[in-house]
Amino acid sequence: MSRHPGLNLDASHAPAHDQAVTLVFGFWVFMMSDVIVFGLLFATYVAMSDALAGGPGPHDLFELRTVFIETLLLLISSLTIGMASLSMKHERDDARLFIWLGLTFGLGLAFLSYELHDFASMVEKGGVPSRSGWLSAFWALVPLHALHVSAAMLWLVVIAVQVLIFGQDSEVKLGLLRLTVLWHFLDIVWIGIFTIVYLGELG
Amino acid sequence: MTREAPEDEAGARAADAAHERRSYMKGFLVSLVLTLITFGVVAFDIADRITVLVTLGLTALLQIAAQFRWFLHIRLRGQARDDLQLILFTALILGLMGGGTIFILANLDARMH
Amino acid sequence: MTLHQFLDTAFGRLGWDALPFWEIVRHPHDGKAWLNGLIASGAASLVVFGALAVVVMLTRRRWWRSLWSGWLTSVDHKKIGIMYVILALVMLARGLVEATFMRAHQATALNDTGFLTPEHFGEFFTTHGTIMIFFVAMPFLTGLINYVMPLQIGARDVSFPVLNSISLGLTAAGAALVMVSLVLMPFSTGGWSGYPPYTERSFNPGAGPDYWIWAVTLSSLGSTLTGINFSVTVYKERAPGMHFFRMPLFCWTALCTSILMIFAMPPLTVATALLALDRYADFHFFTNDLGGNMMNYANLFWLFGHPEVYILILPAFGVYSEVFTTFSGKTLYGYRALVLATMCIAVLSFGVWMHHFFTMGQSAELNAVFGISTMLIGIPTGVKIFDWMLTMYRGQVRLTVPMIYALGFIMLFVIGGTTGIVLANPSVDYQVHNTLFLVAHFHNMLIPGTLFGMLAGYTMWFPKAFGFRLDEIWGRRAALGWIAGFVLAFFPLYGLGLLGMPRRLHAYVEPAYLPFTVVALVGTLLIVAAFACLCVQLWVSVRDRDHLSVRAGDPWDGRTLEWATSAPPPEYNFPVVPTVESKDPFTHEKLDGKALQSPDDWQDIEMPRNAALGLVLGLVGFLGCFGLVWYMWWLVVLAALAGLGAVIARSFTRNTTKTISADEVRAQYMEWLENVRALPLTVRSQESSRANNGRAMPVMKEQQ
Repeated sequence: MSRHPGLNLDASHAPAHDQAVTLVFGFWVFMMSDVIVFGLLFATYVAMSDALAGGPGPHDLFELRTVFIETLLLLISSLTIGMASLSMKHERDDARLFIWLGLTFGLGLAFLSYELHDFASMVEKGGVPSRSGWLSAFWALVPLHALHVSAAMLWLVVIAVQVLIFGQDSEVKLGLLRLTVLWHFLDIVWIGIFTIVYLGELG
Repeated sequence: MTREAPEDEAGARAADAAHERRSYMKGFLVSLVLTLITFGVVAFDIADRITVLVTLGLTALLQIAAQFRWFLHIRLRGQARDDLQLILFTALILGLMGGGTIFILANLDARMH
Repeated sequence: MTLHQFLDTAFGRLGWDALPFWEIVRHPHDGKAWLNGLIASGAASLVVFGALAVVVMLTRRRWWRSLWSGWLTSVDHKKIGIMYVILALVMLARGLVEATFMRAHQATALNDTGFLTPEHFGEFFTTHGTIMIFFVAMPFLTGLINYVMPLQIGARDVSFPVLNSISLGLTAAGAALVMVSLVLMPFSTGGWSGYPPYTERSFNPGAGPDYWIWAVTLSSLGSTLTGINFSVTVYKERAPGMHFFRMPLFCWTALCTSILMIFAMPPLTVATALLALDRYADFHFFTNDLGGNMMNYANLFWLFGHPEVYILILPAFGVYSEVFTTFSGKTLYGYRALVLATMCIAVLSFGVWMHHFFTMGQSAELNAVFGISTMLIGIPTGVKIFDWMLTMYRGQVRLTVPMIYALGFIMLFVIGGTTGIVLANPSVDYQVHNTLFLVAHFHNMLIPGTLFGMLAGYTMWFPKAFGFRLDEIWGRRAALGWIAGFVLAFFPLYGLGLLGMPRRLHAYVEPAYLPFTVVALVGTLLIVAAFACLCVQLWVSVRDRDHLSVRAGDPWDGRTLEWATSAPPPEYNFPVVPTVESKDPFTHEKLDGKALQSPDDWQDIEMPRNAALGLVLGLVGFLGCFGLVWYMWWLVVLAALAGLGAVIARSFTRNTTKTISADEVRAQYMEWLENVRALPLTVRSQESSRANNGRAMPVMKEQQ
């Protein structure tokens, strides 16, 4: 039986296995609070979808191709970070862990680069937040997700450095368990973004 | 789960690992298929707007459920009850707040025209 | 770079005109400028000299070191709780002074003769509301829950002690920002709800709304983290045998309040963040032009605002439940009904927010839905009132100070609740919307409801926290003063509202308002006197602490676990984690003669070490937000980097716990136990006298 959201360790990982019950649950509660933030930004976005104020609209600004690539990158990175946490649970081999973490970081970086490219091309076409209510809603929601991804990548680096210094000790394990939960959570938010923000407007 | 005998522990752990890896692969493949459907429907412009929106909504919900199930290991049974209660309560609040916001603002908007 | 450019970069838009006496310099021949300048300068000097006096005292008494290690870096939930309550009481003093100024102004404002300028008056009602909600009520209830809830569920601390001190740091940073706005003016004039477009940059370009935004945001983040911490604590840290349905009612209300904090604070964070984006980055969420929609602000704000009033009231309901059962010497009547009512209120509170803007223009059907859902909340609340009355029925009721507050609460709260049902009717609301009727209503809920509850809790648990009781006579004076003062100050406002007087009115020409405003002023002065009584009470009690000592820890014949340990409790709360077998566990222990036993399974106790992270993040949060208010971008960047660096550095700390040996715990406990066993039992008739030594003869034993 699983005791908390995300991957559960097993008894061979005591004491991290027991500490995770409270710590990962607490982090999950924080995610649930965060999901309200995103939910309200989604609602605001939907409510403002007509507020173009004569400015450029979704068909002028969005590129389906890059959004598709971003979606794939994030989905694959969800798999690789899952593999990283499985490697931590079962293999306990730093080198293998680094490979998975490195892959995840690279995919995250690629995702962010594509997003930055999207943002830049929007600005180029006059899609800046000061142009309309709809653009304001876009620029509050999607970059907030990008900010979350950046924070998660910074966390990933911090955890990698800690593995170098401390090895895979309890704190590292607890950190990686929570980072994995955050990463999957961000992918779920992204499902909302590509469905509502991009495809909902283009479809 | 019953305790395995010590000599089987390594084998059990390996089975456990394989099982969990499969779970992630399943989640990945299901999500991938749903993503392809979602983008396909929009990219190839194969249906009217209402059908597209309904499809988008359904595939998104399914994909969220899939990631909950296979990535976050949350299922309806065998789960610490606290987590599930929390998720259901969050969904309720999210529905109230998000739905309420859209409903109220749409109502105001309609009355201004 | 020229000197001018350097100063521009260093100080942003902060200039001489931010000083409180600047108006006098600019208009030296204007009497009102002098008066308002002097009032503002007086307040600013109080802040500056008050802070200096504290620094001097700490230095002269050499208290810096003990302040640092004993309090500021402490992660003990009891210390953090006490600091929250101190913050609340200090801010309460400021909020009360502001209320007095506003009432005095309105009592003299007939035909525009009041003494405050419109801007100054606007700052007064804005800071008053902001402070009373975010920096009095919230810290007060957070402090009480922090202190009491872990003790009541038999835990050693909250789940995340360092996070707890971060919450305190962020809340204190927000309060500090409001205090600094007295010295470097102005604060917002947009009311505690800060509605755009008035608070948008195009109408209000100054620093005022920015102070409000960041103070509220800091407090909101702190409360979100608090909510997470408390709810996880209740879920995961309960002592063995402490099933959910054995928890004291205060813990239930703490749990429901925390859940509300987790879900209701994000809408506020979103609302203030989007308003900040409008103001700082030229977004168009709530502007008049380019597709902005200011109604969404009202929607977002009250998505927070309505659950917020239940965040404020539920812990008070919890305190009253403890007060009624303790001081009636009876178990709580209708425990399950009270728990279910609390849950109902918590869930319903998310479905009523639109009644705050019935008049905004949505359809009558929509208004009707929210009107009905609002009235529904009256049902579980009514259940609670009856349960409390039936708890007193046939009990051995003792009229102690907490009980006086509680009785005042029951009478007044029912009146306030009834006016709430009146307001829930949209067509009535159209008549009294934005009048003083509304102001009377919500003060009627928040003062007898929340504040009396907090003061009752403060009085009841003070002896637990400090080992001596609060003086009874001054406590009664304060409680009666609060009750009478409240009635005089706010009942006239119902009349004024029905006469059509809008809230936040700077000047009026209707002579019929005058007698009511004068009576309200008298009531406010009475409340100030009651607050003075509280201060005297504290002073007298500290002075006479040896006579009021209750080290045995159980001055009121308590029923729950927090009374089973010494007063003040040791850092680790319980020498051995208690095992719970029923509701009211301590009462059962006392009746079965199992109290004051010496356990035999002593173990080493692991406790968290001190951490400076909360202090650092509080400081960094304050500086960063101060930089944002005045456009000192270098400060914002530095603060952000320092905050990030501190969090990362903390994550590299490995040695975060310390161990207290079983021998030490046993020695401490046995010494206390021997002292307590030597004390005579106190009967309830001596409860309020100096004979009360904290070792209670259980009421039910007395009756046998």
